[in-house]
Amino acid sequence: MTEIVRDRIDVALTVNGEPVEARVPAGQHLIDFLRLELGLTGAHASCEHGVCGACTIRVDGDAVRGCLMLAAQADGAEVWTVEGLTDTGEIADLQAAFVARNALQCGFCTPGMLVAAQELLARGGAPSRGEIREHLSGNYCRCTGYEAIVDAVEAVAMARAGAAAQEGGGGA
Amino acid sequence: MKAAVGGYARARDLRHALELLSSADGMGRVLAGGQSLVAALNMRLTTGDILVDISALADCRGVADDGGTLRIGALTRHAEIGRDPLVRAHAPLLAEAVGHIAHAAIRNRGTIGGAIAHADPAAEFPACALALGAVMRVEGLDGPRDIPVEAFFRDTFETALAEGEILTAISVPKAAPGEVQVIQEVARRSGDYALAGLCLVRRAGRHRLALFSTGPKPMLATAAMAALDGGDTEAAISALKAEIDPPSDTQASGAYRRHLAGVLLRRAVARIEGGTR
Repeated sequence: MTEIVRDRIDVALTVNGEPVEARVPAGQHLIDFLRLELGLTGAHASCEHGVCGACTIRVDGDAVRGCLMLAAQADGAEVWTVEGLTDTGEIADLQAAFVARNALQCGFCTPGMLVAAQELLARGGAPSRGEIREHLSGNYCRCTGYEAIVDAVEAVAMARAGAAAQEGGGGA
Repeated sequence: MKAAVGGYARARDLRHALELLSSADGMGRVLAGGQSLVAALNMRLTTGDILVDISALADCRGVADDGGTLRIGALTRHAEIGRDPLVRAHAPLLAEAVGHIAHAAIRNRGTIGGAIAHADPAAEFPACALALGAVMRVEGLDGPRDIPVEAFFRDTFETALAEGEILTAISVPKAAPGEVQVIQEVARRSGDYALAGLCLVRRAGRHRLALFSTGPKPMLATAAMAALDGGDTEAAISALKAEIDPPSDTQASGAYRRHLAGVLLRRAVARIEGGTR
């Protein structure tokens, strides 16, 4: 058989819409790769065992723990971080709502919160506060500003649902 | 902390994966969704592993209707199981369990085969498999074999998988007409590991009760099952409390876990008797 166990692995992926090719250490998780090699420091490396959610990023359309995925596993993947989602404007309303509702204090958890919340919001409809809490249950805020975070997500859900209803009503 | 691994290889197909494991001299470690393994690597609970990444093996992903059973590929992700129409119709316990497993972002990558092969005594899917009477399909270089769930879980993080074998699918019998399946657990935070939990299945008047987070491995509470078959819920609760010996740790005392198990059984019985919780 062909021996292909390696300690450095070639990967080709897209990050925030840009193609990236790199050779990564076998044990490096995706967040360290994004932060240390690509300089994308929005997603945070915090607990590094999947508990806190500060590293939440989008991989192939799903919100995932960046610390629980090896960079080597991202070959062929489409990765989006808070930087890319900011540049495209996809979460501009959510970010504005976080500011308006004071839904961040130190801001450490915010990039992960935004990516996780956007996954829920992208499903459409108007999730209840309970559903919002459940969806964000894997994201710690050590300033404990959860109430304001849920407020912000709920406000955006209602605004987007209202906008969708208006579009539908307009016959567009 | 940062992982210290011995190497990484991406398997092209099952045969390749088995060959990679075989050539790893006992240091091979199967990497699927990585939601437990990568955490363990980052914490350096294990070092020097040769990671054999099987996550691209498309044959091991998805749910198939095999007549009397559902065949669930080991690489089927938790989120996929939660929304799969076949699972929801024929093994609703698994779909309900998904809501208890960790958090949305972890359910997006974690796999049922990974959860079962990892054999965490606090995890939901091993206990579900036990309650449903699942059969594990494992593959080795010498060919496949089937392991009934009762013989699969041996101890904390220990299973009947031999060195070099890979769990490729889980088969569960389809629910019979009128069968009810429920899962109950208590956790400190939604998605955290349960302090105690149980799965209760009633099939043709017979009960199967599988406990998790109450011992070194998921276990069938056979004395409580017999009492439930006899229609005596109070006797079943007493029997359950007598036949488990839960550990004490920083999360909960053994006595509290035993108490919770009784409460959870009462809730589960209320649900299968037609309650609405």
